[in-house]
Amino acid sequence: MTDKNQAMTDTHYNFAYLDEQTKRMIRRALLKGLAIPGYQVPFASREMPMPYGWGTGGVQVSAAVLTPEDRMKVIDQGADDTTNAVSIRKFFERTAGVDTTERTAEATVIQTRHRIPETELTEDQILVYQVPIPEPLRFLEPRETETRKMHALEEYGLMHVKLYEDIARHGNIATAYAYPVKVEGRYVMDPSPIPKFDNPKMEMAAIQLFGAGREQRIYAVPPYTRVVSLDFEDYPFEPSKADHACDLCGAQNSYLDEVIVDDAGGRMFVCSDTDFCTTRRDGGHVGRLGAPGTEDAA
Amino acid sequence: MTPLLKVKDIAKFYGGRIGCTDVGFDLYPGEVMGIVGESGSGKSTLLNCLAGHLAPDRGQVLFDTRTDGLKDIVTMSEPERRMLARTDWAFVHQHARDGLRMGVSAGGNVGERLMAVGARHYGDIRAQAIDWLGRVEIPEDRVDDRPDAFSGGMQQRLQIARNLVTGPRLVFMDEPTGGLDVSVQARLLDLLRGLVREMGLSAIIVTHDLAVVRLLADRLMVMKSGHVVETGLTDQVLDDPQHAYTQLLVSSVLQV
Repeated sequence: MTDKNQAMTDTHYNFAYLDEQTKRMIRRALLKGLAIPGYQVPFASREMPMPYGWGTGGVQVSAAVLTPEDRMKVIDQGADDTTNAVSIRKFFERTAGVDTTERTAEATVIQTRHRIPETELTEDQILVYQVPIPEPLRFLEPRETETRKMHALEEYGLMHVKLYEDIARHGNIATAYAYPVKVEGRYVMDPSPIPKFDNPKMEMAAIQLFGAGREQRIYAVPPYTRVVSLDFEDYPFEPSKADHACDLCGAQNSYLDEVIVDDAGGRMFVCSDTDFCTTRRDGGHVGRLGAPGTEDAA
Repeated sequence: MTPLLKVKDIAKFYGGRIGCTDVGFDLYPGEVMGIVGESGSGKSTLLNCLAGHLAPDRGQVLFDTRTDGLKDIVTMSEPERRMLARTDWAFVHQHARDGLRMGVSAGGNVGERLMAVGARHYGDIRAQAIDWLGRVEIPEDRVDDRPDAFSGGMQQRLQIARNLVTGPRLVFMDEPTGGLDVSVQARLLDLLRGLVREMGLSAIIVTHDLAVVRLLADRLMVMKSGHVVETGLTDQVLDDPQHAYTQLLVSSVLQV
C-alpha cells in the first residue's frame, strides 16, 4: 500500500487522476448501467488530459473502477504497443501507480479500443470499452429526443432498415464493425466499433463497461448476459474474418490484420491481438512467415 | 355502425390565438372527408390534433381500435398512440421529404413500416416493397434508388406507398398534391382515388384545392379562422354553398 500512496503524492494527483466525487458519480452511472443492461446512462463527463476520440470515456470508467491492487492492460485494435494503448497505460502508471501487464490472463482491468481479446475472459476481470458514438440509431435518426423515445418504447424497426439497405446495396449485411446487438432481449446497443467477429464473445464471464466521453454516456453488459446480433431470417448474422491463418503464429481462429509488406502487392495476415499471437509463438506455434518466439519474425 | 373516428368538440389555442375550436364530426369506415379553407384557417392544426402530433387543449378524439373499440387518442399512452401511428394510421405529408427518409432507398422506405411491426424476412419485405412500388406506378428497377433521385411526383407516390404498406384503416393527408404540377396532380389523384376505393380506406384530406376534394371526398368541412363554417356532402357544398365564405371560396376557383 505504501508504495502506491507514494505514487499518489509523487504526481500530486488523486489516485487514478479523478477526484473521489467524480469517481462516485461515475460509479453510480456504472451501477445503473449494470442494472439496466444496454441502457445508455448519461453522466457528467470530465475534461481529460487527452483529446476526445482518444478514449476519454474509457479512461474515466477505468479510473472509477481501478483499485491500487489492480493489474491493468490497455489494448488498441488488439495491440498493446500502439500509441493510444501506450499513452493510456502510461497515464495510469503515473496517476494510479497500478501494475500493468500485456498478458490478458493476468490483467484484472482491461481497457480496449475496438477489440475483445482472443483469450476468454473470466469472472475476475473487467473489460472497459472506449466508445466514440454510443447511439446505434444515430445515423438513421439524428434527433436525440427521438432516439431516446425509440429506446424507451422499444421501437427498433429502424435498425433493420440499416441492415436492409446493406443487403439491397451489397447483397449481404456489409456492416463489419459496430454491428448492432440486442441486450437481454430489450435494449439495442452499439458494441463500440469492434469487428462483428467479436460480437459472439460478448456473452462472457467478465463485466463489460462502455464509456463515451464526448457523448457523455455510460452503458454496461453484466456477466453472462444474452447479447444477440440483429439479423434477418434469410440473412443470418455471420461473424466474419479474413479467410487466412495468422502468418506469424498460424492461428486459424483469431481475428487478423492485413499488413502490406512491400509495393509489389505483398501482404501478410497477422493476429490483431498481439498478446494472443506472442503467447502462441512462445508456445511453439509457427505460421507461414514466422519464426518461433522471435520478435521480428517477418 | 360504429364510426371509425369520433371527434368531439376539439379546440387548440396558441396562447390567446385560436388554432381551431368547436370542431366535431364522425367519420365512418370507408368514408373520405375533406377539410378545406384558406391558409391559417386551422385545418392543419386540426389534422395534427387528430393524428396525435399536437395535443388539443379541449375535446376528445375517439378512434375505433381493433382491440378495445372506441378509445380517446388524446389520453391514450404514448406507446399505444405510436403503435397506432405505424399500423392503423397513415400520414401523408405535403412535402414528401417530411415523410420519407431521404438517405434510405425506396425499398427501405417502404419496408420500414413492415420492419417496425416485426417483419424480419428480407425476401418478404423486399417483395412487398416492390409490389407496393408497382401499385403506385414506380418501376421495379428503381427500388434501390434513393428518394432524392426521384421527381417530386414520384417522391409523393413513394410516400403514399410507404404509408399504405401496413394496410392502415385511416389515412391523414395534408395537402397531398400541393407543390406538384397539374398533370402530375391529376395522375396522383387518380391513383389515390383508386387506392382509397380498392382498399376501402377512410381518409381525412386537408387541402385548399377544391378540385381535389371534388374528386376524392365524400363529405366536406369548410373552415375559417379556426371555426367550421359549413359541412355537408361534397357536391352539395360545392354546388350550393350556403355560407358567405364558402361562396367566396367556390367563386374564387379559376376557370380555364
